[in-house]
Amino acid sequence: MTYLLLFAEFFKTGLFAIGGGLATVPFLFEIANKYPWFTKSQLTDMIAVAESTPGPIGVNMATYAGYSAGGVLGAVIATIGLVMPSVIVVLIVAKILEKFKDNKFVGFAFYGIRPAVAGMILAAWISLFQMCVINSSYTGLKDLFYLKELIIFLCLTLLCLKTKINPICYIILGAIIGIVFKL
Amino acid sequence: MKELFKLFFIFAKIGSFTFGGGYAMLPMIKRELAEKRDYVEEQEILDYYAIGQLTPGVIAVNVSTFVGHKRKGALGAIFSTAGMVFPSVVIITFIAALVSDFQEIAIVKSALSGIRLAVLAMIVKTVISVTKKGVIDRFTLVLMLVTLAVMLFGFPAALITVLSIFSGIVYKSVKGRVQK
Repeated sequence: MTYLLLFAEFFKTGLFAIGGGLATVPFLFEIANKYPWFTKSQLTDMIAVAESTPGPIGVNMATYAGYSAGGVLGAVIATIGLVMPSVIVVLIVAKILEKFKDNKFVGFAFYGIRPAVAGMILAAWISLFQMCVINSSYTGLKDLFYLKELIIFLCLTLLCLKTKINPICYIILGAIIGIVFKL
Repeated sequence: MKELFKLFFIFAKIGSFTFGGGYAMLPMIKRELAEKRDYVEEQEILDYYAIGQLTPGVIAVNVSTFVGHKRKGALGAIFSTAGMVFPSVVIITFIAALVSDFQEIAIVKSALSGIRLAVLAMIVKTVISVTKKGVIDRFTLVLMLVTLAVMLFGFPAALITVLSIFSGIVYKSVKGRVQK
């Protein structure tokens, strides 16, 4: 019975959490209120773990919550519940797009959507930059940036723009630099 | 059948190295699917990504479903998505079962800070190529800057996507009529 409930709750989360992983958080709070599977303070830990492990954050959250509620099987069921609505909806959208891909208005829609995506990614970059490189308690230009982080970031950017290094090697390189320089 | 498993493994590889959300995934998807193989075009990835803002669920999952569907229909979508979530399920279950306070371990913290800087640098390249593709005239430049501004003020991405679709259709339709 727990498994069925787990599936239903995460299915609902997957269906209504639109626009990325952290959109699942309010739904998880609701689950924590309703069921004895995990507490709200566990949920805070879950967010931290989900953000610091590879994979989409929403999926990580579902796996973690499912495991707390019902072991390995619970983890699998919660994850399937979470992704199933997206898979169904995206399949339907893909079929529709296939049919109308030469339609003039679909072209117009993408004309508008593409620059908006560029703006969204740039906005995400700015908030990440603020988090990693800018000292939030600065007193002036002298201590505005974390110097070590800023220099590493600039070197990494240069490397990324000038070479065709594999992104996976790149992530590993980042981890090694982090450990070596004790970031 | 062979390609189905290949899709599974490619997405499992991407899922294993994606830290910190959908944006970090773009360069990897581009490398694995558009550069090493010609499964999809770079522009298509970005379009999938944009549509993923509007459809329910996690964006990485939406993109893998789209790509899988394009290659091998519904089965391809299921195999790709299964591949994408597989590493998460294994790693998270492992951590939940065995390690407490994973994120407090000093070496993990340092590695993650380094990874974050690497992701930050990678996104610079993504922003440049996305901008080159999306910003093609004065109207799209304005649209990008407005999106940037309202995002920084915390507008929801889904709403912005709907508005950008709407403005694209209206602008192009009106312009088409004026030119006639």
